[in-house]
Amino acid sequence: MVRIKDNKEYVQDSPIEQLPVSQRVYIPLIQHLGKICNPEVKSGDSVTVGQRIAGSDANICAFVHSSVSGKVVSLQDYAHPVLGRAKAIVIERDNQSQAWQAVPRSQDDIYRLSAKEIIKIVQDAGIVGMGGASFPTHVKLNPTKPVDTLIINAAECEPYLAADYRLIIEKTQEFLRGIQIVAKCLGVKKVYIGIEANHLKAIEVLNSFFGRTPITDNLTPKVVVLKAEYPQGGEKQLIQSILGKQIPRGKLPFDIGVVVQNVATIYAIYEAVYKNKPLYERVVSVTGSCLSNPKNLLVRIGTPIRELIDFCAPLKEEPVKVITGGPMMGISQFTLDTPVIKSTNGVLLLTEKESKILEEDVCIRCGACVRACPVGLMPCLINLAAEKRLWSLAKQYAASDCIECGLCSYVCPANRNLVQSIKMAKFEALTIK
Amino acid sequence: MKNNLNVNVSPHIHTNESTAKIMWWVVASLIPAGCAGVFIFGLNALWVIILSVLTALLAELTWQVLTKRKVTISDGSAFLTGLILAYNLPAGVPLWLPVVGAIFSIIIGKQIFGGLGQNIFNPALVGRVFLMASWPSYMTTFIKPLAYDTVTAATPLAALKEGKAIEHLSTLELLLGLRGGCIGEVCILALLLGAAILLIKKYISWHIPVIYIASTGLFTYLFAGKQLFSGDWLFHILSGGLILGAFFMATDYVATPLTRKGQVIFGIGCGLLTGVIRIWGGYPEGVAYSILMMNAATPFIDRYTKNKVYGAV
Repeated sequence: MVRIKDNKEYVQDSPIEQLPVSQRVYIPLIQHLGKICNPEVKSGDSVTVGQRIAGSDANICAFVHSSVSGKVVSLQDYAHPVLGRAKAIVIERDNQSQAWQAVPRSQDDIYRLSAKEIIKIVQDAGIVGMGGASFPTHVKLNPTKPVDTLIINAAECEPYLAADYRLIIEKTQEFLRGIQIVAKCLGVKKVYIGIEANHLKAIEVLNSFFGRTPITDNLTPKVVVLKAEYPQGGEKQLIQSILGKQIPRGKLPFDIGVVVQNVATIYAIYEAVYKNKPLYERVVSVTGSCLSNPKNLLVRIGTPIRELIDFCAPLKEEPVKVITGGPMMGISQFTLDTPVIKSTNGVLLLTEKESKILEEDVCIRCGACVRACPVGLMPCLINLAAEKRLWSLAKQYAASDCIECGLCSYVCPANRNLVQSIKMAKFEALTIK
Repeated sequence: MKNNLNVNVSPHIHTNESTAKIMWWVVASLIPAGCAGVFIFGLNALWVIILSVLTALLAELTWQVLTKRKVTISDGSAFLTGLILAYNLPAGVPLWLPVVGAIFSIIIGKQIFGGLGQNIFNPALVGRVFLMASWPSYMTTFIKPLAYDTVTAATPLAALKEGKAIEHLSTLELLLGLRGGCIGEVCILALLLGAAILLIKKYISWHIPVIYIASTGLFTYLFAGKQLFSGDWLFHILSGGLILGAFFMATDYVATPLTRKGQVIFGIGCGLLTGVIRIWGGYPEGVAYSILMMNAATPFIDRYTKNKVYGAV
């Protein structure tokens, strides 16, 4: 792992603001890892805020809800931040209230909820892992093996982003309640909150809060301050840093009795359980040196990123790249029509100077990538194998274990496209027996 | 906002390091030792350095133009090879010698293999060994320090090897470089200054140089004396090309192992070989050959010192 300049100063002190509800939202039918949803509305239908508009019988799937009150305009192919293009439901807002209306659950009701009922609520709310992977959360809350440890991923190791950081500071009580629900649902014995050392204010808030509030009966989450090194928030790295053990190759966290949940996901679970509210909005860090007013915005799912950028305008400098997510693993967008989806934790604008297009030099075997790799690979060797299309050699070098954090490419003095070629090798390795 | 946004695969940011930046920093860190060499041995040393560097650059340029490859002489690597070669030559050599050596280093030592990143051996050392084999008398005739004329002096290690009574050299004289030797190897203090720069900038790690020097010291302490445990280890560390070799040649990225574990093995191997050559071999000095032999062993070391993959049992 490597320390990278975090550039969080642009937004880490900006309180979360509500972005005005867009005139039109474009809600993709797939915003999760798993099966695409089937639309449950058609053109001309009226929908309300939080109404389910797409679903599926498949278990590995997350329902989709309308983020506005209005009328369905069409069902069409539209820009998608991860897939490039995908089917989306287009909804035009009306003049009704755009606020969440449903009746909250009482504290007594919540105490009486069984694990099964909590999982059902989370599934109905369409919650996915909001740190980027977007795996349906109800599946993660129902592990096939017993788990004893819950880790809350508050590392937020991507530079620039501060959406989780703001949630912890501004919604501490809600965050705590969300953790309580998840801990109860999983029946775990230990709860850890992993947070990077440079998130000073959030650490302070957590320590003062959890210092006096026991979680459930005798469970108090332990705040573990981690080195501010990328990729500390990678699931594998987080588990190793906190528990000092590794997930065996090819296994999942629950194989060693661990479930990891990200901060925004916990908050969404809180809202689903306490307010009966489905996941139709989230906090997005809109940031970059070229924005004169970078902000953390509460944004309705389906809002084109253009509206987020305009809200933080004027531009001080022309960006050459617009990224959803962070600079290390985020995806550069070809259009500003791209809508915010459940996993969009940031919209980052980079200038020409910040995102230079560098020419690839030859590998000088300096070993920087080898030392940086958080999973112990030899990126330079996989890269050379990939260049010669020697996919089985790349597989021998364990290309398939790559977590695609991008650190090797970041540190390479020869600007080699290391992670890029490893991703390709991973893909090709799938076809090799 | 403009419509044609840049789109490519993450990551979207990059460290400020580049190959050229690293090479030029290594060049910069070698300047103090070169200045000391010129001061100690006189102007001819300066001419050797200039000719070696210029020839290295010209040889690389010519080769790349003739083979229609991208000209990369501005990346500093050919400059560095020329510089290190010059530092490995006695100051009094005829001026055609660095020219021939530099051409050999660049063409045979580097470009034949495919250029930067592909060479198996340290190119400067390939040049030095070639000159040593071809013109041994020029390569072993050293100028007396601070004499600035043709008065010759044996290197302390050569005197030791030939069993001659050596004039007593204090540790201070060895540190300052007031002895016979190659241009860039004599002034230990200047070399350590340069090494400190590279260590602070993290362009080299301590593993190879420190382990190399320590194992040479230990080996000579054990076996270089009249009986076991009586060798003059400090003399062996300070009186030859060990410091220059350990910090600036054994740390050459291209021809050394990738992992720290491999680098430790590389350092120990260099130290043992240097000790063996100095004590029982035919040469008074053993640094160049040790590094070259370990360069040859590098692919083998790499194969057995791969990192452990996360979660592997």
